[in-house]
Amino acid sequence: MKKTYSIEVDCANCANLMEEAARKVAGVAAVTVSFMTQKMTVEFCPGQEPKRVMQAVLKVCRKIEPDCDIDF
Amino acid sequence: MNRKQRKRLTRILLTAGAAILLAVLPVTGLLRLAAYLAVYLLIGYDVLRKALLGIRNGRVFDENFLMAVATLGAFVLAVLTKSGDYNEAIAVMLFYQIGELFQSIAVGKSRKNIAALMDLRPDHANIEKMGQLCRVDPEEVAVGSIIVVQPGEKLPLDGVVVEGSSALNTAPLTGESLPKDVTVGDSVVSGCVNLTGVLKLRTTKEFGESTAAKILELVESAASRKSKAENFISRFARVYTPAVCAAALALAVLPPVAALMLGNAPMWLTWLYRALTFLVISCPCALVISIPLTFFAGIGGAGSRGILIKGSAYLEALAQTKYLVFDKTGTLTQGSFTVEQIRSVSMPEEKLLEYAALAECASSHPISRSLQRAWGKPFDRSRVTKIRETGGHGVTAVVDGDQVAVGNEKQMAALGIPVFSDTKKGTAVHVAVNGNYAGQILLRDLPKPRAAAAVKALQAQGIQKIVMLTGDSPAAAQTVAQELGISHVHSRLLPADKVERVEALLAEKENGTKLAFVGDGINDAPVLSRADIGIAMGALGSDAAIEAADVVLMDDDPMQVSRAIGIARGCMKIVYQNTVFSLGVKFLFLALCAVGITNMWFAIFADVGVMVIAVVNAIRALKIK
Repeated sequence: MKKTYSIEVDCANCANLMEEAARKVAGVAAVTVSFMTQKMTVEFCPGQEPKRVMQAVLKVCRKIEPDCDIDF
Repeated sequence: MNRKQRKRLTRILLTAGAAILLAVLPVTGLLRLAAYLAVYLLIGYDVLRKALLGIRNGRVFDENFLMAVATLGAFVLAVLTKSGDYNEAIAVMLFYQIGELFQSIAVGKSRKNIAALMDLRPDHANIEKMGQLCRVDPEEVAVGSIIVVQPGEKLPLDGVVVEGSSALNTAPLTGESLPKDVTVGDSVVSGCVNLTGVLKLRTTKEFGESTAAKILELVESAASRKSKAENFISRFARVYTPAVCAAALALAVLPPVAALMLGNAPMWLTWLYRALTFLVISCPCALVISIPLTFFAGIGGAGSRGILIKGSAYLEALAQTKYLVFDKTGTLTQGSFTVEQIRSVSMPEEKLLEYAALAECASSHPISRSLQRAWGKPFDRSRVTKIRETGGHGVTAVVDGDQVAVGNEKQMAALGIPVFSDTKKGTAVHVAVNGNYAGQILLRDLPKPRAAAAVKALQAQGIQKIVMLTGDSPAAAQTVAQELGISHVHSRLLPADKVERVEALLAEKENGTKLAFVGDGINDAPVLSRADIGIAMGALGSDAAIEAADVVLMDDDPMQVSRAIGIARGCMKIVYQNTVFSLGVKFLFLALCAVGITNMWFAIFADVGVMVIAVVNAIRALKIK
């Protein structure tokens, strides 16, 4: 399952780093962060609850940019 | 400006004002230090906080860290040397914030520009409820609902016209504002603008499956297929910052130690200052921001001209295209055949055409459709049974109890039926009834009006080899090729042969160049995916083409291919300019700094200035014609 969220990220480099960090979160099969469109597209592993996975994703993203926000 | 940007602007103005005030006020000693420290914190608190959080989260080397170390260092140096020049730290932080503000405004603006160019998203759909028009969210409209589109409104969903007639402006999708007349029974796609009359549509797709939504999704997800240039930059940024920090540390320690060993004065503070300046110059922002921004602007600009590029990787490949392979039918030619001549053996010509048209009634092949059109009468499908279509050959069916075979020479050869040898220009469709040859229908497919000009434009752009592939007869292929000025032609190809041809061409071309295949997306999905870049043309309303291709031309004008290549090349030029320029200036200043020619003021100007120029240059990609 693939879902797209809007994400608030302020620097292009951070978007790249978030992509990398989010990829390592359990339950995430693939992820891309577009700094230009401020969108995060996440492909979840089968049987995962997107909300729960996204909470973990937000947590790792906040580690990169403390005031980042994902709308989920 | 949004809330964050306004807040940053306020802080910048306050800091600038306070710095000027402090310069004239006669405060001295500790009070002076405290006042400057307060101003410094006002402008830099967020950077310091992020740097601290970064360290706590195990991410030491980022731009916040660089700025924090450099400015705090400058502050400490000012205290140690008792120079009282606290302005430097504040100025560096101030310009850094100005740069960040500018970047955020510029990016936000181009984001909005591009969104406006790709203004396909409909805001509402009108549904009739008890004689009243109600506005609803297009996402809530079920398939099969009747919606009303007023003149001036965007079509919110794909559908079929059930009432009214009007002209549609397809410009939002194709970039070309040619009005298209529609009337009852026509299929229409979302994203077009209704121009003249009120239309009632029965929707055929949900919003998410509609053309407008699909195109938007495609453009928005374009970022996921990253180009080599972008990947290079993100890899570069990963090693760059730690490397610069290490170099700065070396700059602070090694020269003084060396001087000590040689018995000279170590000048610790001078070298420390240089190391801090080094850190200020080193921010990788200009590069990291400008490359994706350029691609984004290029893809957005192309999109507004009806050229959808599915990712920056394809934009990059398009710029390197040297071999261009065209499918003939529907790509270079109009794809609708007109009957030139009917040569019947014994039956009336009219009867021969009827057999052919009926046998082909279930096929969507361009030739079949042309035969159906030429016959021009409604079908009674119950007259036709046992239809079997063989790709690249033709169709066999039973029409009114007669065994009918319709197809090319291969089909007839397979059935062991001798045919008229065709000497005429055009495409011959042979017909056999009950195993006997009945005659042939000669069809002609005219080149598109702008096809010859498109081939010329591509040659002028330095495309090395233009190849035309077709399943058609050599005679028909040669005629078209001569008219268009194409010298490499391969005819009589089955879909699988086309893949083989493309593979041979792929092996033949030089390394580092790319091969693009242009087709109409019907029957050529395997070739589209085998080529380096698959370009589908005339995709308006064809989901299959949008899925299969890497670059989608909404229009069916072959000129768009040359335009797409032009945009891609323009965009890549900007990418190279920005890469060379930002890296060049950075390294120049790093070198100047190491030998002590620059100070921190120059450093921050170099950093912010390069970023501003790179961003302005990147936005140019939006306007490449």
